[in-house]
Amino acid sequence: MSDQIFSYAPAPESASIARIRPSYGLFIDGEWTDGAAERTFKTVNPATEEVLAEVTEATEEDVDRAVRAARDAYERVWGPMPGRERAKYLFRIARLLQERSRELAVLETLDNGKPIRESRDVDLPLVAAHFFYHAGWADKLPYAGFGPDPRPLGVAAQVIPWNFPLLMLAWKIAPALACGNTVVLKPAETTPLTALTFAEICRQAELPPGVVNIVTGAARTGQALVRHPGVDKVAFTGSTEVGRQIARAVAGTRKRLTLELGGKAANVIFEDAPLDQAVEGAINGIFFNQGQVCCAGSRLLVQESIAGELLERLKARMATLRVGDPLDKNTDVGAINSAGQLEKIRTLAQAGEQEGATRWSAPCELPERGYWFAPTVFTGVAASHRIAREEIFGPVLSVLTFRTPAEAVEKANNTPYGLSAGIWTEKGSRVLWMAQRLRAGVVWANTFNKFDPAAPFGGYKESGFGREGGRHGLEAYLDV
Amino acid sequence: MSEPARLAVRKTYKLFIGGAFPRSESGRTYVVTDAGGEFLANACQASRKDARDAVSAARKAFPGWSARTPYNRGQILYRIAEMLEGRRAQFIAELRQAGLAEDAAVAEVDAAIDRWVWYAGWADKLAAVTGSVNPVAGPFFSFSAPDPTGVVAIVAPDSPLLGLVSVIAPVIVSGNTCVVVASEPAPLPAITFAEVLATSDLPGGVVNVLTGRRAELAPCLAAHMDVNAIDLTGAPPEQAGPLEEAAAGNLKRVLRPDAGETDWHADPGTARMTAFLETKTVWHPLGM
Repeated sequence: MSDQIFSYAPAPESASIARIRPSYGLFIDGEWTDGAAERTFKTVNPATEEVLAEVTEATEEDVDRAVRAARDAYERVWGPMPGRERAKYLFRIARLLQERSRELAVLETLDNGKPIRESRDVDLPLVAAHFFYHAGWADKLPYAGFGPDPRPLGVAAQVIPWNFPLLMLAWKIAPALACGNTVVLKPAETTPLTALTFAEICRQAELPPGVVNIVTGAARTGQALVRHPGVDKVAFTGSTEVGRQIARAVAGTRKRLTLELGGKAANVIFEDAPLDQAVEGAINGIFFNQGQVCCAGSRLLVQESIAGELLERLKARMATLRVGDPLDKNTDVGAINSAGQLEKIRTLAQAGEQEGATRWSAPCELPERGYWFAPTVFTGVAASHRIAREEIFGPVLSVLTFRTPAEAVEKANNTPYGLSAGIWTEKGSRVLWMAQRLRAGVVWANTFNKFDPAAPFGGYKESGFGREGGRHGLEAYLDV
Repeated sequence: MSEPARLAVRKTYKLFIGGAFPRSESGRTYVVTDAGGEFLANACQASRKDARDAVSAARKAFPGWSARTPYNRGQILYRIAEMLEGRRAQFIAELRQAGLAEDAAVAEVDAAIDRWVWYAGWADKLAAVTGSVNPVAGPFFSFSAPDPTGVVAIVAPDSPLLGLVSVIAPVIVSGNTCVVVASEPAPLPAITFAEVLATSDLPGGVVNVLTGRRAELAPCLAAHMDVNAIDLTGAPPEQAGPLEEAAAGNLKRVLRPDAGETDWHADPGTARMTAFLETKTVWHPLGM
């Protein structure tokens, strides 16, 4: 429809700039090594289903080697090193990330399926910013409010998800290193490539061997890592279900734990909100990164008096979203990360229809190969429906209505999650009143999905505990 | 002819739930003795149903208590110190019965009173110390403020008064409500202390006190889906691991027991308060 008025010329990024190697080993003690079992797995481009590279599956033995290397580096080099020297390594890494940001953005898009516009304009700038921010903390920890001489914890085991692969790596590694810990990090099995390129960056920065170790693999590798008796700290970002398993595994040990888990955020639009901005906020809230965002605004709560008009505008805007080749700079919505995730989204969308909600998907042509799901909105959703309760982690929006601010608060908080929330209103006192009552770790008012290394991020309730970013985030990596 | 000696009027020790003093719904009691093994009282042996009732009371009290101004919470905590001071002699006598020497009992009661004064002053300072304005790289105002976690279960340590108040005060000062499992061998000061709470303008349900078997009550609270956090300070070491595991069911915040013996007379620091705080970050655009 819109193509008849305007048609966009394709503006594809070049895939070759990603410099993908045919196969990757494990990065342990500063070296590329083979896995003990010589087991490998393939990572694919979710937009085309083409194999990108072969990656090593780390066994228990490999994980043990990585933890030992991290321990050794912690005790001999990184722990005793003055903060000002650690800071300079982190600044170096930040600069190298900036220098290679185009390459990394393309690589991220190939491996993850997210639009290049997002990996280029959101992920990579934030990745570098996280290292810059935490570099500055490394020699200022006595001023962070955790006592005159806060000590690191030791070896951190870090397991990260596939939705923001390199950004989650930065959220984990930058504060850990700044505080004087060494790390063993496991990237998600569907998106290991930017973490492996980050290992090269550690080499270019001449980071001492063993300070950062990258082990690739799936759930088994992750379990071996968090259960390893030699780690002092476990940090995990991912699903609430896996978070629960990790919390059980860590129970009864002296390991410290921080978890950043799922969400089912309410994005609340009041009748006095500027509607065009609110529609953009709703779109950004649920279709950013194909909705594969733990803090996605997946429940749109609209004041009843404007529900009809808002929905019309929302659908009109959804119809203009460009879904397709993630490497095309015009693309708004890219590919779903994996066949498994696509299946989960389809299942929950079907449940939405079966339970009686009304489905509407944006009219768009989906590519034949790859994993795709059209931007979708459900209306007539009841609080008891699965699509209003469960995290879908896809481009699926559930719309509910409310009449009074008190009802909005009640509905917004009616979830076991508590990661984020949105408020759209012109009334300042209502913004603050709502913000005070929403049981969520991040509240965006008249904006959504904003992130910054200086702003603490993390959840209430079953969305996990601990904060990442800001002064607060340091606590997760200090013995306080 | 001399008058017969006056027979003392003894107190019935009950539970403290929702601001009232009910008996255990189970009708069970257990014998509490003094240090010499002499009978002191029959304490209630609370059941899992009592624990669930206490959680309901704490949940009901949470919206009101957390919405009080920090200044008002500080006033109420200070009022608790005032009421405790007024019963100083009574608590010294109870601690003597629990086996403390005279000097130790006096020191413990005085420290317990002073602890409430210390925490009372924290109520309107915590946000300034733990919050922040976040210098973000964009046209936004972003700030982070502490928020109470919710309903906190507390397995209180055996230090019958100082240890008890040292685990309750940091939880409620920020607006949390709690369910406390009192010391199993020395539960009586906890119930007498509940009388202090009941006369301090503290809303009913903010603090609920259970006496009974830790091994029965703690697992119930650790697994309870409407409890947001658990303080395992008084949990026996062999139970701490399983309790933490049960707490993972709804991802409770867990404060583990101290590695060694806790010195309750030491400077409490802020860790017990921050263990039961969430951080909320709020963003708003800047514009004309």
